[in-house]
Amino acid sequence: MAQIFAYIAHKNGVVEDSAAELAVAAKKIDAAAQVTAIVTGSGSTLDSACQGAAKLYAQVWKVDNAALAYPNGEVVRKALAKIVPAGSILLVPHDTFGMDMAPGLSIKLDAAYAADIVGLDGLDGATLKAVRQEFAGMAHTHVAIDTAKGAVLTLRPGSFQPDGAGASGSVTDKSGDAGDLSAKRRFLQVVEAETGDVDITKADVLVSVGRGIEDAENISIAQELADAMGAVVSCSRPIVDAKWLEKARQVGTSGKTVKPKVYMAMGISGSFQHLGGIKGSPFIVAVNKNPKAPIFQVADVGIVENILEFMPAMTEKLG
Amino acid sequence: MEILVCVKRVPDTAENEISIKGDGTDIERDDLVYSVNEWDNYATEEAIQIRDKVGGSVTVVTVGDSESEEILRRQMAMGADKGILLADDAFEGSDGRGIASILKAEIQKGKYDLVLTGAQADDGAAQVGGMLAAMLDWPYASLVNKVDVEGGKLKIGREIEGGNQEMNEIELPCVLSIQTGINEPRYVGIRGIRKVASVEIPSHGAGDLGIAAGSVGAAAAKVKRADYFTPELGKGAEILEGSMEEKIDKLIELLKAKGGLK
Ligand SMILES: Cc1cc2nc3c(=O)[nH]c(=O)nc-3n(C[C@H](O)[C@H](O)[C@H](O)COP(=O)(O)OP(=O)(O)OC[C@H]3O[C@@H](n4cnc5c(N)ncnc54)[C@H](O)[C@@H]3O)c2cc1C
Ligand SMILES: Cc1cc2nc3c(=O)[nH]c(=O)nc-3n(C[C@H](O)[C@H](O)[C@H](O)COP(=O)(O)OP(=O)(O)OC[C@H]3O[C@@H](n4cnc5c(N)ncnc54)[C@H](O)[C@@H]3O)c2cc1C
Repeated sequence: MAQIFAYIAHKNGVVEDSAAELAVAAKKIDAAAQVTAIVTGSGSTLDSACQGAAKLYAQVWKVDNAALAYPNGEVVRKALAKIVPAGSILLVPHDTFGMDMAPGLSIKLDAAYAADIVGLDGLDGATLKAVRQEFAGMAHTHVAIDTAKGAVLTLRPGSFQPDGAGASGSVTDKSGDAGDLSAKRRFLQVVEAETGDVDITKADVLVSVGRGIEDAENISIAQELADAMGAVVSCSRPIVDAKWLEKARQVGTSGKTVKPKVYMAMGISGSFQHLGGIKGSPFIVAVNKNPKAPIFQVADVGIVENILEFMPAMTEKLG
Repeated sequence: MEILVCVKRVPDTAENEISIKGDGTDIERDDLVYSVNEWDNYATEEAIQIRDKVGGSVTVVTVGDSESEEILRRQMAMGADKGILLADDAFEGSDGRGIASILKAEIQKGKYDLVLTGAQADDGAAQVGGMLAAMLDWPYASLVNKVDVEGGKLKIGREIEGGNQEMNEIELPCVLSIQTGINEPRYVGIRGIRKVASVEIPSHGAGDLGIAAGSVGAAAAKVKRADYFTPELGKGAEILEGSMEEKIDKLIELLKAKGGLK
């Protein structure tokens, strides 16, 4: 049976939510497995992250190196390629770090790669059955992953609910095994996202528009509805990419995290990156012309209509 | 700078309702509208802008079939100088690693300084760029939303959580995966496409690329799609029925109860 490892993301010495999620996912692969957490970093923040990981995993491998102080995917990949034994299954969060580091690692380890996994059905011999989504969440697939020579798997954040199980793991220092960590990509600094005039994170009611708004000129239709409701206009990412609204109004993993009471999703399909920015279980209303849009799976109330007709009609009604 | 942009032909999810075939083997593809993967448009635009600034050429490449030629022409109408189609029966059923191996073989036949991919495509895997870089042993950066050429190096920004930007310096040659929003891809009209309609697009197969049969394609795939399925859903949304007027009345009532309306 393959050994299972989990790559632990951490910030300022605190492990991220994914650490507990990967522990649950590992059990779904093999309920009896002794899973090892791998924590890379440098100095005292690494030590506290290792302590956090030891509360979730029976074994923790610590890799301390000044070159790992910031999680540069190019450097972490080099370290893991040396440290992860051949034939292992490695779990990594499917976030901006995992997307950067993990595909290349699967090549270096000559292992299978499956990304953005949302469900795991367990091992059958060396074949791991997993669930993925395709076409922006409009289709689900079962994939069979050949783990005979190991596998690198990235898991969608939020897909595996922590089960509250604890551990009191021991930390082993593997720093000496990391080898040469020089890389051709050097981290310089992080530039914080600019703040805008509006703060959508404080709004109780959001009228949020997606690509269904179709044109820059139609944004005013949403603004009018928001005015009539006493709400604030927010949006999905394509609206910001098209420069129809400013970045500060974007909801999602690469935008703002909002906690409104009511969230009106107008012409938004419901991608996981978008939903990742909606917290605090608001009452979600979805209006979409496609009855199969994934947003209807998470909304409380759904309306199948053209938003360009629906919004003006509702504004008028509220008049 | 010699730039290669990898592009994929995908069903346009904004234009189509995706439905699964009765036997679950595939989605219904007959009536689908296809286009170039959204992210790849940004990659092509970025390549054209870099070329226009520092000189060189832009080549677009896809692993596909004869129908994929249309997306190469579209990118050439945007301003790419050349298109290359990689097509062979032996490529069918490749997983991400297979696609990356095929692209690698083509790259090694040329002399490229920079290879761009989209951050992700319709399978949402975001895998091909990183695999390709690892196979070439070139440095890689994903989710790139800023590129500045500085001598023999690039200064790049990566988009990370919360929309923050991670700045890096990266050596050439390298592979970058491009994130949406990095630029505003230019519009291509019918006339632009007509202009490149008769340009010859070379097609390379496994033999031309020196790819051994069985090293790519379905047989080599370590990840196999077993089926498509419709998941058992939670309760899902309560769908409001009736005329537009009735739906709005019902919604207003619900919103008042939830504190969404005064
Ligand atoms: C690393 C990364 C980070 C990302 N971060 C974010 C993020 O922070 N936030 C975010 O939103 N996205 C983010 N994305 C993008 C995300 O994957 C989706 O592409 C995006 O959320 C889709 O936006 P959308 O729902 O508006 O558009 P689409 O998916 O195109 O959906 C449009 C919807 O509108 C419906 N529609 C069309 N016309 C009408 C009409 N007239 N009336 C009613 N309905 C209509 C369609 O049926 C469809 O369901 C990120 C992607 C990546 C790779
Ligand atoms: C009929 C059919 C059967 C399939 N069977 C399998 C299977 O059994 N197992 C499996 O894992 N996958 C299978 N696939 C998926 C297919 O092989 C994918 O194209 C592959 O996994 C890479 O696409 P992606 O969406 O994952 O790319 P991503 O890694 O998400 O795309 C990132 C970037 O890589 C580049 N890129 C991706 N694909 C191409 C391409 N074809 N040409 C040029 N550049 C490209 C683009 O720049 C793109 O923006 C099948 C597909 C079809 C249509």
